[in-house]
Amino acid sequence: MIDKIVTDPVLAVADIADGATVLVGGFAWAGVPSALLEALAERQPRNLTIATNANIGAPGLMRLFETGCVRKLMSSFPRMFNTTLMEDLCKAGKLVLELIPQGTLAERIRAAGAGIPAFYTPAAVGTPLAADKEHRDFAGVTYIMETALAGDVALIMAAKGDRWGNLVYNKTARNFNPIMAMAGKLCLAQVAEVAELGTLNPEQIITPGIFVDQVIPVTRST
Amino acid sequence: MSKPLSRMQIAWRVAQDIDNGCVVNLGAGMPTMVSDFLPAGREVMFHAENGILGIGPRAAKGKEDPDVINAGGQAVTLLPGGSYFHHADSFAMIRGGHIDIAVLGAYEVSAQGDLANWHLPDSNVTPAVGGAMDLAACAHRLFVMMDYCSRDGTPKILKQCTLPLTARRCVNSIYTDLAVVDVIADGLVVREIIEGLDLKTLQDKTGAPIRLADNWRILSAPDIS
Repeated sequence: MIDKIVTDPVLAVADIADGATVLVGGFAWAGVPSALLEALAERQPRNLTIATNANIGAPGLMRLFETGCVRKLMSSFPRMFNTTLMEDLCKAGKLVLELIPQGTLAERIRAAGAGIPAFYTPAAVGTPLAADKEHRDFAGVTYIMETALAGDVALIMAAKGDRWGNLVYNKTARNFNPIMAMAGKLCLAQVAEVAELGTLNPEQIITPGIFVDQVIPVTRST
Repeated sequence: MSKPLSRMQIAWRVAQDIDNGCVVNLGAGMPTMVSDFLPAGREVMFHAENGILGIGPRAAKGKEDPDVINAGGQAVTLLPGGSYFHHADSFAMIRGGHIDIAVLGAYEVSAQGDLANWHLPDSNVTPAVGGAMDLAACAHRLFVMMDYCSRDGTPKILKQCTLPLTARRCVNSIYTDLAVVDVIADGLVVREIIEGLDLKTLQDKTGAPIRLADNWRILSAPDIS
């Protein structure tokens, strides 16, 4: 029997090693796997690289930064309001920022999940973010090469999941979650609800179970 | 001289130039107000980077759904016919040329239509770019919404941007409190200017040469509170 349901978030994150690259789903406050992040922060790993476009102030995520677990942040929007945490960490040399245009971040992640090592994009051409990147013209338009961004682990959030790992999402809480599921060597999916196998409409499954390793049910309030 | 347009009035003015049937992406902040002022009878699909197409009005107080937000994180609604999708699809829509108009704020715009809107190197604030570089590079038309000058009176429309660029040669039209300016191949053309403001006075507030369009008009907007 295939059963990917893991009931304890603490167990789910137990194997995330120091130095791991962690893809964290969510955009602003929507679709952030906060219970998994809280469990990870509890373990206090070191030197993590976090790739995310979630609000850094989101529950769980903020704690990883505050407690010094993160060495590098890859994001299009690493700015936090009402706190200077990011600025303080960077100034102290404790955190490295890689600012990435949001579409490039998404496509780098998608590419990793799809087995594409690199691609060309027009975004950021002519800007400081294109410095040191390979430039190439196609049909008279200049593009830069960007490489795939895989994660050692993806922490994602979905509305429902079944024991095969099939997932459906809720509205704009989908955001980065499906592509991060594809790009993590290990994918841990926090879900608000477990669905009986066969009850999710096959036409409406957004993330087929092969991309998901563990499904961790957590009620919404946590 | 008539009063400079308020931010809401600038949003109203932008909305008048959005054609029926367009797919439009509104940047965070000031541009999100544009959707409130579409003329009656115009049907437009509003897109946001975080995977939503067919955005309706802002959610009413008490009716907010934390999972229905725009790219600025504000609670919005979805119109009948609207859809949700993941981030790679959302940016495929942008890079793939499926967005007709993007409306963004700006720190600076150059006479060639270069845009700078993401980084103030002299400030202590962490730079944040979001989807602006993708949108600026790939939307068919880019409208900028901003005050004509910065708060201390410094021109924001310049020969060359002094701040780090978002994209080169991407801005089509600049909507401001004092004038509407189009960026065309040979420079900046003032399409509309508020009543009582002459070109010379406007030129003094501009860091690059401007000229009046042959068919220029008075820039005005209804009283909106």
